[in-house]
Amino acid sequence: MPTAPASTPDTQALEAMRRQLAAWSIRMCARAGSGHPSTCLSASHLLTGLFFGGFLNYDVARPHWPDRDRFVLSKGHGAPILYAALAELGAFPTADLMTLRELGSPLEGHPNARRLPWVEASTGSLGQGLSIGLGMALAARLQGRDFRSWVLMGDGELDEGQVWEAAMAAAKYRTANLTAIVDRNGYQQTGPGDQVLPLEPLADKWAACGWAVLTIDGHDWPAVLEALTQARSAGRDRPLAIIARTVKGFGVQRIVDDPGNKFHGVPLLGDAAEAAVREVLQG
Amino acid sequence: MKIGSSIGLPLGEPTRNAFGEALADLGATEPRLVVVDGDVGNSTRTEVFGERFPERFFNVGIAESNMVGVAAGLAASGHIAVTASFAAFLTCNAYDQIRMAVGFPHTNVKLVGSHCGISIGEDGPSQMGIEDLALMTSVPGMTVLCPADGASARVLTRLMVEREGPVYMRTGRPQAPVVYAAAPELAIGRAERRREGGDVTLIACGLMVAAALEAAAMLAAEGIEARVLDMHTIKPLDVAAIVAAARETRGIVTAEEHLLDGGLGSAVARVVAREAPCRMGFVGLDNTFAMSGKPDDLMDHFGLNAAGIAAEVRRVLGA
Repeated sequence: MPTAPASTPDTQALEAMRRQLAAWSIRMCARAGSGHPSTCLSASHLLTGLFFGGFLNYDVARPHWPDRDRFVLSKGHGAPILYAALAELGAFPTADLMTLRELGSPLEGHPNARRLPWVEASTGSLGQGLSIGLGMALAARLQGRDFRSWVLMGDGELDEGQVWEAAMAAAKYRTANLTAIVDRNGYQQTGPGDQVLPLEPLADKWAACGWAVLTIDGHDWPAVLEALTQARSAGRDRPLAIIARTVKGFGVQRIVDDPGNKFHGVPLLGDAAEAAVREVLQG
Repeated sequence: MKIGSSIGLPLGEPTRNAFGEALADLGATEPRLVVVDGDVGNSTRTEVFGERFPERFFNVGIAESNMVGVAAGLAASGHIAVTASFAAFLTCNAYDQIRMAVGFPHTNVKLVGSHCGISIGEDGPSQMGIEDLALMTSVPGMTVLCPADGASARVLTRLMVEREGPVYMRTGRPQAPVVYAAAPELAIGRAERRREGGDVTLIACGLMVAAALEAAAMLAAEGIEARVLDMHTIKPLDVAAIVAAARETRGIVTAEEHLLDGGLGSAVARVVAREAPCRMGFVGLDNTFAMSGKPDDLMDHFGLNAAGIAAEVRRVLGA
């Protein structure tokens, strides 16, 4: 079934799905013994809203449908929640999710487009997804198709110069069908982003590059849905950046309360994982 | 360039020009073809395509990383995306983008690096692509081409566009000596035997094919008959031609306008060592950057000429 844009997404249903995807992410990484669950959790509203709120025009039964919207997970280490979303959409059995990172499984540590047909771009080397999403947006224009290109980025990868090369080029070509969603969780591998490489004023940076910008609370359903609605709306003559302020490890207090971000790239294991799954499902 | 002049090879068009014109011609019959430029279209000659098909030509500025990513996105959406810059800037600056967005997902991106080697001359080492073959052959699944002259560059441009998947082709700045008649019948992965000889085999690519033909003439005067192969495809290599050379002649000397590390010679040596060990010699840049100077002077200084090849042959044969 194509997930054609719906007029009024059911927030309760979306929240239930979001919790399910968060739980899968924790379980998958626990089973694999490695992975980045905390980055999945910070992006959970954004990805759930996009995939299940009717904003992404997509059909898992036809992964090569030329008119499909393109979704690029530029922050490739968030792969588990993308896989969980695809499985919940029926791309493959949810049982396969527990093969994450195993030899022979197409659910690799970072998305591999050659192994999994629903992955639009192989990612994992940060900062590259926006360029690819821009190429896709330009292809839509050349081919006279009205699909949109969505790129989910981490804030840490905005350190990469290529992001800003792509931002300027997208503004030049006025790709209004391109949306960058920045998961602004504030932490990167070795600590708070504002200590690693300050990005603020981040909205000004995107605006200065020629983009329309929305800054939202990335864990507030009405705000997320409104931003995604605006992304789809006609009449804008330039690409849109949605800067979503988020919390790394959202929903798992043990990760949220850790000021040192020591859970980046570290799964919760055993009892801790089970407790975290209960927490995201019921908390 | 004086390369080839001693045996009467006339100077023809630069391989970059031949590529640019062939690409524009292909644009008329291949609507999927698009070009992404890093603001050097007048150097790489993709501007010819851009002038004829402006809606399919994207100049994304001096930003090779993004350029490659944009090309990959276009290719992933059904286009044949050609992206070109100086060989040095394309392959060195955007290596990870080529690895991640072109090689790893095997997208239909055609990378063209102009200003290869040291024959660009006066602009100096920062502009010289002397490691591009090493970098591009290191990408799994990449096809790597190096045309010897304008006519072969035109044919290889067409074969590159027709070939599914990632391809890298290097082109040169100076006028290239004419090695082929118009429209030679070439095949990717098949070496062209440009001269027969039973004593030694010279395996060359790019401008060094003309130099190898000159060297063969010099050696013939000494009673050494050299077979000359134009190895225009560095990857996949023509293994059969190399094995035949190893078995049918007394040694192989490679010649390339590239570092000895990871270039044509290294690739040939791997085949020889595994399949048919024989004596080998190597002509190329040996662990050094070049410098500014006139192209001919530079080629002579670094021994990338007929005399350099002939000297290496004598060393290999113990003559």
